[in-house]
Amino acid sequence: MNREVMEYDVVIVGGGPSGLSTAIKLKQLDTNLNICLLEKASEIGAHILSGNVFETRALDELIPNWKELNSPIKTKVSKEKFLFLGKTKSLSWPTWLLPSVQQNHNNYIISLANLCRWLAEQAEALGVEIFPGFPASEVLYNDDGSVKGVATQDMGIDKEGNKKDGFEPGIELVGKVTVFAEGCRGHLGKQLIQKYELDKGKDPQQYGIGFKEIWEIDDKNHEKGLVMHTAGWPLDNNTYGGSFMYHAENKQVFLGYVIGLDYKNPHLSPFDEFQRFKTHPSIKKIIEGGKRISYGARALIEGGFQSLPKMYMPGALLVGCDAGTLNMPKIKGSHTAMKSGMIAAETIFDHFKSNKELSSFEEKFKASWLYKELYEARNVKPSFSWGLILGIIFTGIDQILFRGKLPFTLKHKHADHETLKLADEMPKINYPKPDNIITFDKTSSVYLTGTNHTDNQPVHLKLKDPNLPISYTLEKFDEPAQRYCPAGVYEVQKENNINKFVINSQNCIHCKTCDIKEPSQNIIWVTPEGGGGPKYGNM
Amino acid sequence: MKILVAVKRVIDYNVQIRVKEDGTGIVTENVKMSTNPPDDNAIEEAVKIKEAGKATEVVAISVGEEKAQETVRKALAVGADRGILVKAEGTVEPLAVSKILQKIVEKEKPDLVFMGKQAIDDDCNQTGQMLAALLNWPQATFASKIDVKEKSLEVTREVDEGLETIEVNVPAIVTCDLRLNEPRYASLPNIMKAKKKPIEQINASDLGIDTKPRIDQIKVEEPPKRKAGIKVASVEELVQKLKNEAKVI
Ligand SMILES: Cc1cc2nc3c(=O)[nH]c(=O)nc-3n(C[C@H](O)[C@H](O)[C@H](O)COP(=O)(O)OP(=O)(O)OC[C@H]3O[C@@H](n4cnc5c(N)ncnc54)[C@H](O)[C@@H]3O)c2cc1C
Ligand code: SF4
Repeated sequence: MNREVMEYDVVIVGGGPSGLSTAIKLKQLDTNLNICLLEKASEIGAHILSGNVFETRALDELIPNWKELNSPIKTKVSKEKFLFLGKTKSLSWPTWLLPSVQQNHNNYIISLANLCRWLAEQAEALGVEIFPGFPASEVLYNDDGSVKGVATQDMGIDKEGNKKDGFEPGIELVGKVTVFAEGCRGHLGKQLIQKYELDKGKDPQQYGIGFKEIWEIDDKNHEKGLVMHTAGWPLDNNTYGGSFMYHAENKQVFLGYVIGLDYKNPHLSPFDEFQRFKTHPSIKKIIEGGKRISYGARALIEGGFQSLPKMYMPGALLVGCDAGTLNMPKIKGSHTAMKSGMIAAETIFDHFKSNKELSSFEEKFKASWLYKELYEARNVKPSFSWGLILGIIFTGIDQILFRGKLPFTLKHKHADHETLKLADEMPKINYPKPDNIITFDKTSSVYLTGTNHTDNQPVHLKLKDPNLPISYTLEKFDEPAQRYCPAGVYEVQKENNINKFVINSQNCIHCKTCDIKEPSQNIIWVTPEGGGGPKYGNM
Repeated sequence: MKILVAVKRVIDYNVQIRVKEDGTGIVTENVKMSTNPPDDNAIEEAVKIKEAGKATEVVAISVGEEKAQETVRKALAVGADRGILVKAEGTVEPLAVSKILQKIVEKEKPDLVFMGKQAIDDDCNQTGQMLAALLNWPQATFASKIDVKEKSLEVTREVDEGLETIEVNVPAIVTCDLRLNEPRYASLPNIMKAKKKPIEQINASDLGIDTKPRIDQIKVEEPPKRKAGIKVASVEELVQKLKNEAKVI
């Protein structure tokens, strides 16, 4: 097939904090560089979902005068709480006893989606060409095996793969260097890690699923600047997870829940755990009388230092959560994603200027605060595989007493898709019915995301073996896709007494959980037609 | 032949509309905006007519705030030749828009003016008709098919009873239905080219048009929540409920 070709110095895939920081830093280093940035969402920010308590360290370096540029970083953290939840009781943990990495007094409560919109404005003002609505669907390679660039998705293909009236072929974007910044579980990043064995000798990657709702709450319950986290109920001691509640501007609270995708019980439904969590008296009393205005979910990458793949390869770099630069004990990945992008930009600049190899990324990375931060954080997540209580005790010793400098590194033993136990061996969980005031079902939740995919396009959730869901996964694991998907995309329906696996792909909110958790890795998320997916506002 | 196409920037049709707490309007902050869907059909048709060699120029125009430039840009990316943005703050009612369009028509002297049959935000369905009256031009509304003849158009209209075919003399106003065509995608190279096409910016006040709303909006409310449905066990029960509870038969 003959596709149109466009050439750039640097092609960047993904308009999150990492991709945008790469673009801005590159232009600051050399205004003459030709840079384009592709984003699959219909506009920058529309696929960004994050807490977000923001540490400004990377931004201070990138745009030192951000305070003067009308940035959407306004609400400073004013107060912090940490609660252990029992079924009805809660125990407040004094914040001075929290490891310093979990203290937030210099940070801000922001909408990361809005920060990305603002960063995109800064990038465009510097001359970066940003193309929202254009997913990169394919990596292009040179004959010598190095990355050549990417191709965008064809538009206007029907379900059967035929061209529709408005068919518009994808185009080839060729870059001297290509930067992959797709965020957690990038669809192309995953292929590159495999092809170049970037994860050789590393621990298996670890993930979590994060939910977020925005509530507009009663004035009397709102404390602008308050950051609250919880651990404990409704999760048991063996499931890793917890909640966040950030009191932002305009009487809004950002309420969310993160659950490690290494959970073992296939009957567990992350969505319903989150809904149930909101019924806890200490949470309910804050949101009662308020209104839920947004919903969404997105996977997080939690493996950290031990699982971090090599971030350079011939012709390309991998940055941010596409590689896995999130700091787990801080649950922060935005400033680290930005910093990794800035290091990538410096590497590329040296590559162009003095012909230095892209592998010089490694030295720059190792000399940066980013490396130090990830190194010191490395033992926290694996210690929680011993359970919540032991994890907390160890984290206290590791982070407060030794500040991450213990002379050993704990390992992540399993990939998340390997951890499910058989459905027969695990207890069923009875989740309460939604009351449509505090708790909701998936249908009404997905409605709030504004998600749409043009109908009559190929299903973008591919099954390697179309029979496996019914012939194997249903029998062994009671097909957990019905529960782990936060958008109700997967259903098992009975038709004339025969079970059928149904994929409602138009509802997909691009969280990537199925691609991660499916026990046989049978589901592959690929890019749908451009502009499809959620239309998040200030997530 | 020259075609002027009016496009409006509205909240994207996938976004769930939220009413402001104080009832003074709807929330537009942090909300994805797009081109009013039938306006996309209007642009597509104009571009198709040009591609068929029956028009020489397609000019896209939008009335609204600065950001409506994006909507004009989108029209340029799918084939319009140049753009005009008439800047006006706040709500601009259909009458004001048609008066502005009248001024632009007098200046640009197009042979045809296309636009969507109505905007999905205010659902007014008035601008085309008012413009036709102001210009004293023939109008063909709700077009689902357009044939360009020598000095006229044959237009198929979507009407309640089915389809109606009429002929209008040029110059004329056509308002377009979603069934008219399948709007094309803007390709990446065309988006790039669109960045270089000119957009003329004019202030509504410089045209001598006062865009102050004439309608007093008293309150905006969410529609009442629908009660959950129920299942009936038999036809008898259904009839009984329709008679006694719903009182519709
Ligand atoms: C629930 C939750 C809470 C969090 N809380 C915090 C917090 O409080 N503080 C904090 O610092 N961090 C937090 N994080 C983490 C933070 O959001 C991420 O670390 C950060 O967003 C990573 O940035 P990124 O640029 O690497 O990727 P992303 O932000 O994921 O951006 C990737 C972008 O690339 C686009 N894209 C992907 N694939 C393609 C493709 N093939 N073609 C074109 N475009 C593509 C995506 O649509 C997206 O816009 C949280 C995350 C979650 C899920
Ligand atoms: S289908 Fe997969 S990627 Fe889409 S919402 Fe469901 S779990 Fe997430």
